[in-house]
Amino acid sequence: MARQSTRSTDSKKMNSELFTLTYGALVTQLCKDYENDEEVNKQLDKMGYNIGVRLIEDFLARSSVGRCQDFRETADVIAKVAFKMYLGITPSVTNWSPAGDEFSLILESNPLVDFVELPDNHSNLVYSNLLCGVLRGALEMVQMAVEVRFAQDTLRGDNVTEIRMKFIKRIEENLPAGDE
Amino acid sequence: MTVHNLYIFDRNGTCLHYSEWNRKKQAGISKEEEFKLMYGMLFSIRSFVSKMSPLDMKDGFVAYQTSRYKLHYYETPTGMKIIMNTDLGVPSCRDVLHQIYSTLYVEYIVRNPLCVLGEPLQSELFTSRLDSFVRALPFFSVRAA
Repeated sequence: MARQSTRSTDSKKMNSELFTLTYGALVTQLCKDYENDEEVNKQLDKMGYNIGVRLIEDFLARSSVGRCQDFRETADVIAKVAFKMYLGITPSVTNWSPAGDEFSLILESNPLVDFVELPDNHSNLVYSNLLCGVLRGALEMVQMAVEVRFAQDTLRGDNVTEIRMKFIKRIEENLPAGDE
Repeated sequence: MTVHNLYIFDRNGTCLHYSEWNRKKQAGISKEEEFKLMYGMLFSIRSFVSKMSPLDMKDGFVAYQTSRYKLHYYETPTGMKIIMNTDLGVPSCRDVLHQIYSTLYVEYIVRNPLCVLGEPLQSELFTSRLDSFVRALPFFSVRAA
């Protein structure tokens, strides 16, 4: 129980290379543990989801952002506040679908892939798939079901990295069963 | 001025934590029953209050008071609910409750991978920090007003 008592909630500086390399080691290990790339993608998404459901609490505690009024506001908060806070980058929000339920986050640079080059035998690996899980998990906790996927990835030779997010539905809160 | 008790509920209505300080009279029902009724009441108040609101509400329900006590309510966008009962002299506690969320719950529970979310909190560290936090509040005083 020897934890320092007054840790502030300010963002701390940390070595981004250590972070990048740690993530790399994680993905490498998953590639060893699982037969095919799809399975690795799935695991990354699952891990991300578990991170997301906790990270959202941390995010709300630190940022004092309230509930968003619509999906556009959510998109802005994700890009300008969340990505900035946790990855130090500010993706741009573009390519809105006409219905306003789908948009893209364009990442000029992706800190997760700083030292990465995909080998030929891992052509289906979505290296940064963890991010999709994080976004999905975090938004689910604030009553939004979304679908998140990588549409473009610099690792696969695209010019930019694009994360596509689709709003599926609002998750309604229900009174727990068994309550009168 | 004083603080009577404090409840923390998660998004599913599970009472994650309960502690009390100067609570002289009990409700006369089991704690489980009390938590359930408390959550049920808040759930109904919350939805009805927002139905009655002439404008779209931002924060929704924040507090109610009776002739004897005041109930302060704080809810995060993730559906965590923190409730503190105090006596009437205590001013708005939103900041205090937000602080409990951000500096105690997130710090000691969410960031601790061994704490399972959505289950009653077992962390002694959290409990003792919460206790000292509440005791250090300017309006916490054993002398009942």
